Amino acid sequence: MSRSPNGIGAAVTAVLLAFASPAAAERLNIGRAASPEEIKGWDIDVRPDGQGLPVGKGTAALGETIFQERCASCHGEFGEGAGRWPELAGGAGTLKSDSPVKTVGSYWPYVSTVFDFVHRAMPFGAAQTLTPDETYSLTAYLLYLNDILKDQDFEVNEKNLATIRLPNEKNFFMDDRETAEKEFWTAKPCMTDCLPKEATITGRARILDVTPDKASEKAKESPPVQ
Amino acid sequence: MSDPKQIPEPPSPPSRRAFLRTSLALGGAVGTGAFAGKAAAVESKNLPPNVPEWSQGLGDGVVSRPYGRPSKFEADVIRRDVEWLTASRQSSVSFTPLHQLEGIITPNGLGFERHHGGIAEIDPAEHRLMIHGLVEKPLMLTLEDVRRFPRVNRIAFLECAANSGMEWKGAQLNGCQFTHGMVHCVMYTGVPLKLLLEEAGLKTNAKWLLPEGADAAAMTRSVPIEKALDDAMVAYAMNGEALYPEHGYPLRLVLPGWQGNMWVKWLRRIKVGDEPWHTREETSKYTALLPDGRARRFTWAMDAKSVITNPSPQAPMHHKGFTVLSGLAWSGRGKISQVDVSLDGGRNWRAARLDGPVLDKALTRFYYEFDWTGDPLLLQSRAVDETGYVQPTKAALRRHRGLNSIYHNNGIQTWHVLPSGEIENVEVA
Ligand code: HEC
Repeated sequence: MSRSPNGIGAAVTAVLLAFASPAAAERLNIGRAASPEEIKGWDIDVRPDGQGLPVGKGTAALGETIFQERCASCHGEFGEGAGRWPELAGGAGTLKSDSPVKTVGSYWPYVSTVFDFVHRAMPFGAAQTLTPDETYSLTAYLLYLNDILKDQDFEVNEKNLATIRLPNEKNFFMDDRETAEKEFWTAKPCMTDCLPKEATITGRARILDVTPDKASEKAKESPPVQ
Repeated sequence: MSDPKQIPEPPSPPSRRAFLRTSLALGGAVGTGAFAGKAAAVESKNLPPNVPEWSQGLGDGVVSRPYGRPSKFEADVIRRDVEWLTASRQSSVSFTPLHQLEGIITPNGLGFERHHGGIAEIDPAEHRLMIHGLVEKPLMLTLEDVRRFPRVNRIAFLECAANSGMEWKGAQLNGCQFTHGMVHCVMYTGVPLKLLLEEAGLKTNAKWLLPEGADAAAMTRSVPIEKALDDAMVAYAMNGEALYPEHGYPLRLVLPGWQGNMWVKWLRRIKVGDEPWHTREETSKYTALLPDGRARRFTWAMDAKSVITNPSPQAPMHHKGFTVLSGLAWSGRGKISQVDVSLDGGRNWRAARLDGPVLDKALTRFYYEFDWTGDPLLLQSRAVDETGYVQPTKAALRRHRGLNSIYHNNGIQTWHVLPSGEIENVEVA
C-alpha cells in the first residue's frame, strides 16, 4: 500500500464533500481489469454512426423468412402487429394527425437503433440469440416493410447500415422545456379569483371509464402504457 | 422466469359504490384513509364492554414470521395493474397504492414496477458490473467490490415519465393509484457513480455513459457525463435492505430527479463514450411528439407535480365536518417550496401545510385541514418548486404539447367530491 490510510480518507472525504467537483481522485484499487474477451462478449451497443456494428450482412429477402418464423406471431406477417403487440411498419404521414402511428418507418430517427434493439431484446423471450447476419437481414426486412429499402436483395452490412437514413430523423430536437415553457416559471401563482367564473366539469372518468374493475369493451381500445 | 409471487394478482376490487353504501349505513363507524374498509361487525364480542379474544389467548411466538409482513387486515394494500393495457405482464407496469400510504417513504414491496423483459432473478455471486469504453482501465467489479467503495445514502423519488400518460386526452382512470401511481420514494444506499468512474479513470473525451441492464430487455439509456459526476449513484440497497428483484437486485442506477426509465435496473455494464447512442428507449419511446410533428428528446428532468391522495376515488369521504386532506408533491429540479390546495376547481387557492422532511428531489407530504359541509367539491393541488416552476393546469400543458406526447403529464389533477362522499376523476374549465 503506497498511501497512508489518512491520505485515502482525506481523498474520499474530498470527493464526497465536493460531489460535483472535477477532483482527480486517487484510485482505491478495487476490482480488477476487464479482459478484452469479457468486454467483447458484452459490448453489444450500436451507435447511429455505425460504431459497434459487428461484421456481417443480410437482405430483406432472407429477413422475411426469419421474421415469419421468429417475429410474426407477435408483430404480424407484415409488421402490422398482432393483437396488442407493437406494430413495426406503416404510419407514414400520421405524426401530425390525432392518432399518430409511430413505427420504425414513420418515427424512428436511426437505423442503428433497429439493429441494436432487435439484437439486444428480440425475439421477446429469447433475447441475444440472433446472429449478426440474422440481425442484418431482419433490419433490412423492417426497412423493406417500411418502404425505406425498395430492393429485397439489397445487401445491408456493417459498412453501409449507417448510411441508410430514416425520413423522420430531422424532426427530433433537444429538450427545450425551460425556454419553450418558460411561462410555467412564474414563481408566484394566482391565489384568488383565478378563473373568471365558477369552475365547470368538462369531462369525467365515468364516461371514459377504464378503471380496472369496470373496464368496458370500448375502454380496452385505449392506448397502451408506454 | 419471473416469480409469480412478485406480482400479486389483484383480488377483484370491491365495488366502490357498494362499499360506500355499507360504510355510510354504519353511521360512519369505520375508519378512513389508510385504514378504511376493515369495518368490524357491530355486534362483535371483541368490542367493549367485552374483553377481546386477543386479550386472553396467546399470540404467535417470535420468528413465526422471520421476515415480517403487514397485518392480514391490510391485504388490499397492494400494487395493482391494468391488465388490458399491455400485451404481456413481462413488459408492463404495476402501480403504487398512493392512496393507502403515509409519509414520504414507499415500502419496498409497494413501489410501482415497470419491466421490459420481466423480473431478472440474479444470483449476486454471478453478477458483474463492467465499466469500459473511454476509460484508462476497463473495470470488472463483483458485488463485494462495489460494496467496498465509500457509501452514501439518499432519499429520492423515482417517477416513470409515462406516469399520468393515460390522462392526456381526458380523465380516464378513477383512482390516484392508476393516474399517479408510477412514482415511489425510498432511501438508497450505494456508491457515488463518480467514484466508480474515477476508479476506471475517465478519458478527456468522455461525454456520455451507456448504462445497461442484465435483464432480458438489456435496457440501455444514454446519460450525459455531467449528471454522472453530479448526484448519480449505483445503489444496492433501498430502505435499509438489499434492493428487491423487481427494483433491480443486486444493482441499479439512481439518477435523482430524472425519468425512471433511465435508472437502469440489474445494472451490469457502463460504457463510456463521446456521443449519445439513441437507443430505442430514447427514440421510439420517451420522446414527446408535438402537434407540429416534431419530437422533443432527452427530456430527462421530471417537472414539478402533485396529487391529492386522500380523499381520492379509491379513498372516498366518510364524514362531514373536520377533514384532513393529504397529498404528495415532488420536483425533479429541486425542493418543493409551496403547495396550494383548491376546493373549487382552481378558482381560489389556500396554502397547504408541508409536513415531514422537505428534501431535494424527494416526495414531499402536504396536508390541508378543512370542514366539509357535504356540498360538492372540486379538489385540486398545485406544486411550486424552488426554481419557481408552478405546476400547470392540464389546459396550459396541452396548449404547449397537444394530446399525443404521452410522457411528462404533470397537469393539475381534479377530484370531484359528490355529496354522497364518492369521488370521481374529472376535468374542469
Ligand atoms: C412474444 C412476442 C414477440 C416476438 C416473438 C417478437 N417481439 Fe418484438 N416486441 C415484443 C414486445 C412486447 C415489444 C415491446 C418491448 C418493450 O416493452 O420494451 C417488442 C418490440 C419490438 C420492437 C420495437 C418496437 C417499437 O416501436 O419500439 C421491434 C423493432 C421488434 N420488437 C422487433 C422484433 C423482431 C425483429 C422479432 C423477431 C426476431 C420480434 N420483435 C419478435 C414482442 C415480441
